[in-house]
Amino acid sequence: METLLRRTPLYDIHVEAGARMVPFGGWEMPVQYTSIVGEHRAVRAAVGLFDVSHMGEFEVEGPEALAALQDATTNDVGALEVGQVQYSLLCYPDGGVVDDLTLYRLGPERFMMTVNAANIDKDWAWVTEKSATRRGARWRNVSAQTALIAVQGPRAEALVGRLADRGVAAIGYYRFAAGAVAGARGLISRTGYTGEDGFELYVAAADATRLWQALLDAGAHDGARPIGLGARDTLRLEMRYALYGNDIDQTTNPLEAGLGWVVKLAKGEFVGRKAIERVKAEGPRRRLVGLEMADRAVARHGYTVLKDGQAIGIVTSGSYGPSVDKSIALAYVATAHAAVGTELGVDIRGQARPARVVKTPFQPPRVKRAP
Amino acid sequence: MSNIPTDLRYTRDHEWAKREGGNVRVGITHYAQEQLGDVVFVELPKAGAPAAQRQSFGVVESVKAVSDLYAPVSGKVVEVNAELGKTPELVNQDPYGRGWMIVIKPSNAAEWDQLLTAKQYEEFLAQGGH
Repeated sequence: METLLRRTPLYDIHVEAGARMVPFGGWEMPVQYTSIVGEHRAVRAAVGLFDVSHMGEFEVEGPEALAALQDATTNDVGALEVGQVQYSLLCYPDGGVVDDLTLYRLGPERFMMTVNAANIDKDWAWVTEKSATRRGARWRNVSAQTALIAVQGPRAEALVGRLADRGVAAIGYYRFAAGAVAGARGLISRTGYTGEDGFELYVAAADATRLWQALLDAGAHDGARPIGLGARDTLRLEMRYALYGNDIDQTTNPLEAGLGWVVKLAKGEFVGRKAIERVKAEGPRRRLVGLEMADRAVARHGYTVLKDGQAIGIVTSGSYGPSVDKSIALAYVATAHAAVGTELGVDIRGQARPARVVKTPFQPPRVKRAP
Repeated sequence: MSNIPTDLRYTRDHEWAKREGGNVRVGITHYAQEQLGDVVFVELPKAGAPAAQRQSFGVVESVKAVSDLYAPVSGKVVEVNAELGKTPELVNQDPYGRGWMIVIKPSNAAEWDQLLTAKQYEEFLAQGGH
């Protein structure tokens, strides 16, 4: 089976650095280099590098590109400016989620979509089939030739700024600019999945190892270090960022997931709209909430949420949160029990462990906001 | 490779056992804590609880995984490491010392001889450890 796993251009570098490699969404990826908790703290305190080259990138171009995207995604692409990034969703007609994504407006008629690694083939089939009749929208799957390195943490701006051929301080949150970092040309995007300030650098696959090494070298005195998927998961969980396959999937709708803010019903027709309107009219029957456990036992994906001994929900993600220093989780619970402050339980190995619904994010984000 | 003190005995589930007078102190090995990664929670029995050889006496959780803890010998739990409640990371930092888990008063002396010696445990790890 191992030979079927795909590898990013940085695979050899990860192995040489002593990373523990694990299968993830069809890819062989580093889960940790030293320790998940240590790597998590390094990102919150200094800066970390993430190889997220396994993610997929599609470009769509032409006079009908905008219309094709308005139809396929839930957010309002019409409101997206050139140089801006938008978080969005692909939905099925029944309102279930195909994938979550970020959309880049590269030009008036040119866009790039970044999708989850495990969903590349599914998403590609979906978007190209949905817009098959739009001859004025030409799709290109550039996943294989694109590497993606995330540089995240309070020292990310200084590090990327030192190596870039342009100023990066002026790039606002969810904005991007073309530029070269350590000679690697691509997109410098002020986005991320950690809740810290930082960038995601899209470059040619052939430039990935050179860029990675340059960032590590130039960032050595900032404490820059490589970060595995384990810490990526704990960092995003503290921010309540959804993880496809855990917190959202084809059986969940965007409103119950708390993603109504990226569903723009007023923009016109799009796939899934009728179903989502119905959910909105009736009100979601369950909601994705944050749980804080009273003790340190971990409420893991699939565990049952209890109220007075009755099953009222299910955990979708859970971990020790190194920055909040508590065991935290995301769970779908019946709407009646979703209010902040509600005392619940999680069935952990046959025992109801006390949990409380809390406000999310669990940890305040420190992303760069527009001045 | 792994740190395997020669004065201890071992299980194939990666617990160590140390004879102290008539009792046996129990923890998990350096190899086990390394495989688990950051330990965030340890669930242990109360003092007085029975322990049975090769049966689960507790659970150790890391960020990524949950693992059962298996008793190297049968008997009665006479002491529990309460420090792990607040500082489970001691299991990573000092697996053979402050990261110990329980002390068992053995009920069957013959079980001790069934445990692996350091040399046997080292060979077991060399063969893959499972």
